Amino acid sequence: MASAAAPAAAPARPELPQAPPVAGSARTRRLGLRGAVSGLPVRPALVGFVSLALFVMAWHLLTTYRVNVYVRFANVPSPADVLASAETAFLSGTFFEHVGMSCRRILFGFLIAAAVAVPLGLLMGRFRLLREAVFPVSEVLRPIPAIAWVPMAIMLWPTNEQSIVFITFLGSFFPILLNTLHGMSTVDPVLVRAARSLGASEAATFREVYLPATLPQIFTGLTVGMGVAWVSLIAAEMISGQFGIGYFTWEAYSLVQYSDIALGMIAIGVLGLASSFAIRLIGRLAMPWSAAR
Amino acid sequence: MTVVSLKRADEPRPAVQNRLGKIEIEDFGLRYETANGPVDAVSGVSLTVEPGEFVSIIGPSGCGKSTMLNALAGFLKPTSGAVLVDGRPVEGPGADRGMIFQQYSLFPWMTVVQNVEFGLKMKGLHRSERRRQARTLLGLAGLSQFENHYPDGLSGGMKQRVGIVRALATGPRILLLDEPFGALDAQTRLIMQQILTNMWQRLKISVLFVTHDIDEAVFLSDRVYVMTARPGAIKAEVAVPLPRPREHALIMSSEFLALRRGLMSLIREESLKAMGGEINADALKGLAANFDGHDIAKAL
Ligand SMILES: Nc1ncnc2c1ncn2[C@@H]1O[C@H](COP(=O)(O)OP(=O)(O)OP(=O)(O)O)[C@@H](O)[C@H]1O
Ligand SMILES: [Mg+2]
Repeated sequence: MASAAAPAAAPARPELPQAPPVAGSARTRRLGLRGAVSGLPVRPALVGFVSLALFVMAWHLLTTYRVNVYVRFANVPSPADVLASAETAFLSGTFFEHVGMSCRRILFGFLIAAAVAVPLGLLMGRFRLLREAVFPVSEVLRPIPAIAWVPMAIMLWPTNEQSIVFITFLGSFFPILLNTLHGMSTVDPVLVRAARSLGASEAATFREVYLPATLPQIFTGLTVGMGVAWVSLIAAEMISGQFGIGYFTWEAYSLVQYSDIALGMIAIGVLGLASSFAIRLIGRLAMPWSAAR
Repeated sequence: MTVVSLKRADEPRPAVQNRLGKIEIEDFGLRYETANGPVDAVSGVSLTVEPGEFVSIIGPSGCGKSTMLNALAGFLKPTSGAVLVDGRPVEGPGADRGMIFQQYSLFPWMTVVQNVEFGLKMKGLHRSERRRQARTLLGLAGLSQFENHYPDGLSGGMKQRVGIVRALATGPRILLLDEPFGALDAQTRLIMQQILTNMWQRLKISVLFVTHDIDEAVFLSDRVYVMTARPGAIKAEVAVPLPRPREHALIMSSEFLALRRGLMSLIREESLKAMGGEINADALKGLAANFDGHDIAKAL
């Protein structure tokens, strides 16, 4: 994303003031979001659009001619079928209830994960004893896929709703924790020393140096964590849900409403894309300095 | 430690007895504990910087110059001897000693003016007041038009200039600089030297300046210490009685060249030692003999 806009927005390297004053133009270039908003990359957008159109076209051809070469497209709904079922789904309103339910679960699970994993990662990066204590446990729990947690979660939590949120939480927790921890280990020690020699206390150094220096890695963790949160949520909803877009998709299969399967899948894709885009946008706003790169 | 005094200033240094900013390093030694056993980086160094004085340290790579500055800044504890500032042992880092590091050390997430404000913020100054002070300093350094830039977009010379302004913003008594201009081109380097001299004269602080560059050391300093190869010790202390303000034409004067020559020969010995000692005078002679033989063989 950032690299696409980079050539147009690359800041002029201001030299010594003796050089002809380029300051005026340099000043406008520094505004962080400009590269993301105004310098819209035309070519990649066009290529992307064409490739999406080709995908839909291929889908259309494969389904209308019911191609059957080992992989069977006979029962796969066509784009037109999906469009039609989308229309009825949008009108009925229950579809949006499912979507809203999933979004709520993502929001809770993900936000709680971020609220726990980011501070924990920061503290683990700073205090060795905590790191040594927590790291082994997290290494053992981390490889367990969220879906394997479903039976345990149902036993642990009083309501179904809570267990689904818990599984979403677990999915995003470890990527956020590990990325934050990794970010802490790559903080440039000379920046820490610079802060200390400018009179920063231990707490101020943590707030003013460790935290902002780790932010890029934190946002990497949040982006990855958001992706895993959706994967975990859909799995949990398919197994134990009564609402949610994952449940909607699975139920469509049970009720032989095949075009709703594709509708559910597309909705999941769009929601996942939108949420990771939102995180990237927040990242840009939180780290205006990185847009200058 | 052998002190070879090439030339001492006869007249007493500007008497500033009751001002602050005195550095005393007494019989300082620092030993790093590494996986391959202890490494003596510096041993038995004594030096002083009077309040308001500009003193340079030159020495071969790895002789412990950065180690010494880091001890002064309060990041390392001496394993022997004492490091005193205004008569008190250094306990830890603090804003009374500004430090310019060998690597660029601006905070990439802060704009130029925010970087300069940082020390004032740590002092608890009100936002508008610290902004005002930072702007004044940036103006003095000719950086006003870049105050809202992020460091990533700046050239190396400008980054170091901002670093110096940032270190000076808190009003330190002492400025410690570790090869600050090492990564700059010759032209920028000259400008930076001029800027540093101006700031030093205006603010009347003590400066301890580490460099590899003999010309730079002579041009800037009141005195120059020459260090030996590791473990670093003081090999010589050379006074630079050149009048101020100094113009760059000075580097062609005979006084300057004499000082430069003296320092050069002191350093050359140490640099050869630092390279492992295998390139000694005998080895060089042997090399010449081989070439002679080669030439003869070719001629035949
Ligand atoms: N943290 C450390 N642990 C072990 N040895 C170290 C450490 N830091 C420095 N040394 C060693 O101590 C010696 C002095 O290092 P120092 O960085 O002070 O040298 P220097 O004079 O600043 O060199 P340069 O001119 O290359 O910057 C070197 O031999 C170096 O290898
Ligand atoms: Mg060094």
